[in-house]
Amino acid sequence: MHLSMLLDMACDGFGDRTVVGRSHDGLTPVDLRRRARAGAQVLRDRQAPALVYLDVNGPAYPVAMFAAAHAGVPLVPINYRLGGEQLDYLLGQHPGALAIVAPDSAAHVASLGLTTMTTDEWLAVTDQADNEQDPDWSDEAAIVIYTSGTTSKPKGVLLRHENLVSYVFGSVEFAAADPADAALVSVPPYHIAAVANVLSNLYAGRRAMVLEQFTPEEWLALVRDEGVTNALVVPTMLARIVAAPGDTSVPTLRNLAYGGAPMPARIIQTALEMWPDVGFVNAYGLTETSSTVAVLGPDDHREALASDDPAVRARLGSTGRVLPSVELEIRDPFDEVLPAGEVGRICVRGDQVSAEYAGIGRAVDERGFFDTRDKGYLDDAGYLFIGGRVDDTIIRGGENIAPAEIEDVILAHEHVEDCAVVGVPDDEWGQRIEAAVVAREGCSIDAEALREYIRGHLRGSKTPDRIHVISELPRTETGKLIRRHVVTAIAGESATADA
Amino acid sequence: MKLTVGKTLASAVDGATVVVVRAGADEVDITSGGLPMYDPKADPRPDGDPDESLLGGTQIGKRYVNEADDIELLATKPGKGSIAVNGETLRLRDAKPLPASD
Repeated sequence: MHLSMLLDMACDGFGDRTVVGRSHDGLTPVDLRRRARAGAQVLRDRQAPALVYLDVNGPAYPVAMFAAAHAGVPLVPINYRLGGEQLDYLLGQHPGALAIVAPDSAAHVASLGLTTMTTDEWLAVTDQADNEQDPDWSDEAAIVIYTSGTTSKPKGVLLRHENLVSYVFGSVEFAAADPADAALVSVPPYHIAAVANVLSNLYAGRRAMVLEQFTPEEWLALVRDEGVTNALVVPTMLARIVAAPGDTSVPTLRNLAYGGAPMPARIIQTALEMWPDVGFVNAYGLTETSSTVAVLGPDDHREALASDDPAVRARLGSTGRVLPSVELEIRDPFDEVLPAGEVGRICVRGDQVSAEYAGIGRAVDERGFFDTRDKGYLDDAGYLFIGGRVDDTIIRGGENIAPAEIEDVILAHEHVEDCAVVGVPDDEWGQRIEAAVVAREGCSIDAEALREYIRGHLRGSKTPDRIHVISELPRTETGKLIRRHVVTAIAGESATADA
Repeated sequence: MKLTVGKTLASAVDGATVVVVRAGADEVDITSGGLPMYDPKADPRPDGDPDESLLGGTQIGKRYVNEADDIELLATKPGKGSIAVNGETLRLRDAKPLPASD
């Protein structure tokens, strides 16, 4: 099992169909393979042990992915916006690698012992006649993705060819896309969804293009101009799109996937009502699981929206059912499997689950299950509900409190745009609960009144001891909350209500 | 021949191809339109006329499985031949496609 197999299959099945880029100047599978083979030769000539990708997403990215695969070295997409020490630390893990960079970062990257090539140079040097060379199969990982390090130092997740190919075989139908279909991707290249996206769209035969710098206006314009049928966004993007002024029509859009962070129910309901003809797809997955392990499909969304049954309606906030090729268990602290309805740790097993870290090894139990450290439960029909990270649990006076439960209540308040609940060290309670909230545009929040509102929905021990009104929450570009930065952000805050 | 996951096999009828998605460890006899399938990269195309009764066709993107459900092939280039393993014609596996999530 090797990524190059997927490209070979695409070449056999629909080798002359445009699958990457804009309709007028895109690449076909045959173009992609000829460039991948040329790129692999560049890597061999330089004896590069890895190919680092340090620029925005674009056609150079799939070329890089398959070139690395053909050369038998890993592709390492790194966040080009990381600053100073963090970036240097990650680049320092790959001495001698070839790095594809934006022109302004070439000198700095070269000073760290990597060889560099700009994205344009990479596209020029790989534009060669097909050398027809067979790929080198090696024991190296296909892709290394660094975790965003929201709680600790980043770890390199090793995704092997077997993991990624299993994911594609298990979840995508080969050549199923209509030749006129087009997918728009708005996730950065160092996110697992960007990796999965390249592979899934290529395998389905669906042309995929990227929006390098997201704005709601450009996203909407591109969807209309390029006749986009499928799109992938993170929740913060969808929130901005549905709130955009002006024309929000998306006449060709059939399938809109969102994921990567929790989506407030209010936003998805607005989107469902705004675009009645669009099929919404919510997915749950981790870098360590090669992307999606559970999926809530278009029919599930519409059924939930239309239902009077609270249990069915609640599924709008779920991540759907587990893929047939993945096994999932909810476990208690003693590793006993819990029945439906009970919250525990989400553990998964399957060929797509890598659970492997550079320098550490595979983090699976004796039965091959990987502990995601996400909390959640399954309902009676097998729909998965995510309840935050185990590590985010607040322990206040010996009581375990999940921030997600309190955040859901606060987010339902009509004046609240965004919020985060965190534990702050406290002499008396061990941890006390504090909340950072962002007001919706044109609204003001009275912290004390909000505490009263929360107390009306939750017990007193779950009501935040303090509420801070701030202008913006610290999030990664893909919308993931950085909780340790919330604690810093609220440390010197103004509008508060003390208990 | 022995089937290995990821291996591409071609039909001697018209060059249609399949990729092995699942396979057991046993040696098998695999045919398309009654003619032996071959490795298009390594082997010459076998001669012979196809069996007219074994031209049910393979459709691109579809998966074909045996009754024991331990061999699965995915058609990557369509063609006229019906595929058989040890004389047993494979059937089309129909599974409800999952929605595109990425």
